Amino acid sequence: MSEVLIVAEQAESHVSKPALELLTLARRLGEPVAVVFGETEETVTKTLAEYGATRVLFIADPAITDYLVAPKAEALAQVAADLDLAAILITSSPEGKEIAGRLAVKLESGLITDATDIAADGTTTQSVFAGNWTVTAAVTRGIPVVTVKPNAATPEAAPSEPAAEQVTVTISDAAKTARIVSSEPKQSSGRPELTEAAVVVSGGRGTGGDFAEIEDLADVLGGAVGASRAAVDAGWYPYAYQIGQTGKTVSPQLYIAAGISGAIQHRAGMQTSKAIVAVNKDAEAPIFALADLGVVGDLHKVLSGAIEEIKKRKG
Amino acid sequence: MKIVVLVKHVPDATGERSFAADGTVDRTSSDGLLSELDEYAVEQALQIADERDDVEVVAMTLGPDDAADAIKRSLQMGSSAGIHIIDDAVHGSDALATSSLLAEAIKKSAPDLVICGMASTDGTMGVIPAMIAERLGWPAATLGATLSVADDHVTIRRDTDVASLTIEAGLPAIVSVTDQSGEARYPSMKGILAAKKKPVESWTLADLGIDTTAVGLDAACSKVVQTTPRPPKEPGRVITDEDGAGSAALVDFLTAGKYV
Repeated sequence: MSEVLIVAEQAESHVSKPALELLTLARRLGEPVAVVFGETEETVTKTLAEYGATRVLFIADPAITDYLVAPKAEALAQVAADLDLAAILITSSPEGKEIAGRLAVKLESGLITDATDIAADGTTTQSVFAGNWTVTAAVTRGIPVVTVKPNAATPEAAPSEPAAEQVTVTISDAAKTARIVSSEPKQSSGRPELTEAAVVVSGGRGTGGDFAEIEDLADVLGGAVGASRAAVDAGWYPYAYQIGQTGKTVSPQLYIAAGISGAIQHRAGMQTSKAIVAVNKDAEAPIFALADLGVVGDLHKVLSGAIEEIKKRKG
Repeated sequence: MKIVVLVKHVPDATGERSFAADGTVDRTSSDGLLSELDEYAVEQALQIADERDDVEVVAMTLGPDDAADAIKRSLQMGSSAGIHIIDDAVHGSDALATSSLLAEAIKKSAPDLVICGMASTDGTMGVIPAMIAERLGWPAATLGATLSVADDHVTIRRDTDVASLTIEAGLPAIVSVTDQSGEARYPSMKGILAAKKKPVESWTLADLGIDTTAVGLDAACSKVVQTTPRPPKEPGRVITDEDGAGSAALVDFLTAGKYV
């Protein structure tokens, strides 16, 4: 059986949920080999093993943290050369896509980005044109390099017993040119990761800059907070939480849009959500066309009333 | 300093976008325009030109006849010249062929700096700057929320989910900028008139020394199997909030869906 290379993102010994989704999809195509950028960590190996990684390769070259993207692509190309690969799967983050693009050039392989599913024969599904079209596609040359959107699959356990392997790579000077001169960590919100959350509550222009009810509702539902571009441009909420064409794409079980009119650029980032609720003062707002439940009214009133009721019921 | 800005002509995202029979983006049935995200790239180039006396801004596009509109808009905004890579053989090219064509065109144009938008609004892959950099062996400082240029290097700030990175790269380099980099200017009447006199060159594959069989739909390394419009959504329930009816409906919906 061929192998499938996946890049497992991790932070502070915690394997990202999308990495487990990649493992689950990879098992349809072959034996998953996970690459982790960082020092060897037993807890990381253990988690990846639980979800079916047959090998776990750790790559810890200083160039990987000192320079942007290029060293990771070079390292992966070197690892790929020693394997009999059916595909390479990478999470569709901005960095993941750039790594994939570089790898496709290096390997002279076809590239597919933002897949929402991948079948056993390698056929991918993508949601395009702001979610208005579904496209199936396949790579016809080389080792398919595919980036996969978070939430494309539900992680399924498939225990195996791989040993952690440390892999040494040689990073060329050509890959050490875009230098990371400083890195300021961002403060964590303490809420679920936006692209992974089952519930997302988003605020837009209609909040008037007051996100208190948006955050409270997200918290009672155990969800994440998002924002429309109008709210981000106004400086009301950080860019990292922007949903839409130029921000994050989310596909949660439930998306609540409060004070968001629903321009095409916003819809591009949330249209594939399973259930959509819209609260907006303007009955003509295009967001209502997408909503399973629409409430025409003042979002502060509607949300605070609902939060109060939920808290009361919870006791 | 010579700056090339890569600009793409795309179908209007607010219109009805669809696919042609061969699985490529239909570029004829709806109006096209300069990709909104490329306007930010043009803006950044023009800001550099505003600050320095030695800057030439060249807008470069790859596409059929209509793509000339993307160059026109860039010139109206203030770019100094245009290069339109146009050849029938390009139709249906994938990201590999596109990046290869653009890399050759950049070599021929020999700029100090290439500025791109963060992605096109039609394909939305966001991979072309990195792929061009890979082919040219140039540094790529991508997804800049800010961009500043010195005589021999560029600096960007790249915001990720977990950190804000400062990235430095020596020239020549390729950069991409996000929609956080600053509003793009509108063309002035003076700019619109001046654009008519600005030089636009047309380059073919032969000019770039690229074989027509190396690009296009037949040479693509991936193929579209099927395109399907998303079925229209069943209309949901819309109620008007009165006396707490909105809150009650929301709570009922959340309870029914077992979200609480």
